[in-house]
Amino acid sequence: MDLKQRDLKQQDLKQQDLKQDSKSSNRRGFLKGGAALAGLAAGAVQSAKAQPPVAELRAKGTSKEQVAYGDRSKYETSVRKSVAERASPDAFGLVFHVNAPLQDFYGSISPSSLHYVATHRGAFVPDIDPKEHRVMIHGMVDRPLIFTMDDLKRLPFVTRQHFVECAGNRAKSTQTTVQETHGLTSNAEYTGVLLSTLLKECGVQKGASWIVAEGAEEVKGAGSIPLGKAMDDCLVAYGQNGEALRPQQGYPVRLMVPGFEGIFQIKYLRRIKVVDQFYMTYNDYGHITTDARAAALANQVGPKSVITFPSGGQKLPGPGYYEISGLAWSGQGAIKKVEVSTDGGKTWKDGELRTTPYRMAHTRFGFHWKWDGKACEILSRCTDELGTVQPSRAQVAKYWNEPLTKGFRAKGMDNTIMAWRIDAEGSIHNGLA
Amino acid sequence: MASLKPVLLTAILAAAQIGWAQAPAYGVGRTPTADEIKAWDIAIGPDGKELPPGKGTAKEGARLFLLKGCGGCHGATGIGGRAPALVKGGPPAVPGQAMPAGMEGMHMVPDTGIMALRSPYAATLWDYISRGMPLNREGTLKPDEVYAITAFLLYKNEVIKSEDEVMDQDTLRKLVMPNRKGYAEIPDWKRNTPRLANYP
Ligand code: HEC
Repeated sequence: MDLKQRDLKQQDLKQQDLKQDSKSSNRRGFLKGGAALAGLAAGAVQSAKAQPPVAELRAKGTSKEQVAYGDRSKYETSVRKSVAERASPDAFGLVFHVNAPLQDFYGSISPSSLHYVATHRGAFVPDIDPKEHRVMIHGMVDRPLIFTMDDLKRLPFVTRQHFVECAGNRAKSTQTTVQETHGLTSNAEYTGVLLSTLLKECGVQKGASWIVAEGAEEVKGAGSIPLGKAMDDCLVAYGQNGEALRPQQGYPVRLMVPGFEGIFQIKYLRRIKVVDQFYMTYNDYGHITTDARAAALANQVGPKSVITFPSGGQKLPGPGYYEISGLAWSGQGAIKKVEVSTDGGKTWKDGELRTTPYRMAHTRFGFHWKWDGKACEILSRCTDELGTVQPSRAQVAKYWNEPLTKGFRAKGMDNTIMAWRIDAEGSIHNGLA
Repeated sequence: MASLKPVLLTAILAAAQIGWAQAPAYGVGRTPTADEIKAWDIAIGPDGKELPPGKGTAKEGARLFLLKGCGGCHGATGIGGRAPALVKGGPPAVPGQAMPAGMEGMHMVPDTGIMALRSPYAATLWDYISRGMPLNREGTLKPDEVYAITAFLLYKNEVIKSEDEVMDQDTLRKLVMPNRKGYAEIPDWKRNTPRLANYP
């Protein structure tokens, strides 16, 4: 086809377009005019053209603002919710703990706008101008350095998926939905500079063994992190899911400490001090006890999984095929395997990993299932790359020599198996209740 | 031979130094001034070695606690406000009782959770007041004021016995807090190692 021909052809197409446009606008006019006949007419038009009806409303997606920065459809109403114990914002305007709607997520990435939010004792979300923001590294280093945001973006970057999870993320028998039982974790793709790159640039001195990382929000939340971890895989991140971090996630820059408890992942990072001892900051002191074992379990997350569909508060309309779906993650590395039981833990079958299992990241799993319409209990358990298997509550209670009551509380980060009970009507309930 | 030895030693030292010093690879970022570091460095370690010069007593602290607005949020006596209790002896925690909506969790501080009683080091208390309080005017307290208010909270919780006892760098560093032994050693972190051996 030479150029001329192609031009002609395109003109042809354009004319066709125009025809169709006028037809459809006529149709619209007709429909509007004859409201009483509308249903009938639409049906007639549709069957005649064998096409679904053209959407009448184009309000949202075509406004200037929505062309510039798009919102989700108005039919999508999934939202985060404050934990039951304390509203956010509270009486002082502080944000505390806000659960992510895991039941509504697809794949392994949590949308930035629905990523769970937590602060230690409550904090304001600061309004930080990235042009003014600085990150300083000092202490036991040969060359203390101050970085602007532009400086950080000049340096070699990495892009990695990681989850963050709050120590408060423990299922209780009083909760209903997976948002309530497991919503204090989320997963995103982060882009930033490896902390080791920055620390090497400063030259860590002999004898250094910890870092203290500090945020710029009003309480200047700070946490002590072992230097070994800091040099291993910590990330000074400015990107989240392809755009800049959201303010609630630490804009303009945060620390990622993959697999560690959420409180270490310092948001609004402004300073790192290299030191030679654990610093017992306010954030640190609130989270450790006399038991070294509990302290170890509080530091890092073990292998953990939960079924997000079907899950608490949902209802199956009737017997038949349903794909069970859920999330698995571990603070110790990548997920290797997820098993699912549909008979209350008597037998287990392998689920399928549906997203690439990355280290210290949520991994989506699926499991083919046909519900026979009888009451049952569904559970999931995962195994990580170190071979550690997610434990049951009974196993953990036995480890601590404690009776397995309804209120039994696993010490440290709770990674025990979660059960959902499905009754004969198809309603789904918390298996711990 | 004798003249070679020091040369060798220097060479070895230099090599070790380079290995450890991690020469800068990118040359990005600027060197902060000593004043900048000093102004930014508000982290006080458990041994209190970064505590600045200054001093104060509980008697002065009692006055400052009201003057600086602490009482408005934490209660005039350090207890019974909307913000967490700072002084022991409160009513037994009842979730939701007499608390404004949304603040229910905040007030439930049992005596063992009161910061002056739970914190294993006085420096942690000093550090937190200095960095985070008073809420909305953080970082405005002068060192003398932080010492005085710290002394006040220690006195009200019977960690120190006298209203006139002077708290400064030295006394705070030496003070043995009631919960000094209440903390386990933090376990070593090692790559590719389960978080706790023999845990199911
Ligand atoms: C506007 C209200 C407000 C004022 C004023 C205020 N605080 Fe606070 N304070 C809070 C809140 C709220 C918290 C809980 C932490 C947070 O959310 O930041 C808190 C936490 C604390 C804590 C930690 C308590 C714990 O157990 O975790 C201490 C100590 C403290 N404040 C001391 C003070 C002192 C001393 C002053 C006065 C110089 C002061 N506060 C002024 C609201 C206030």
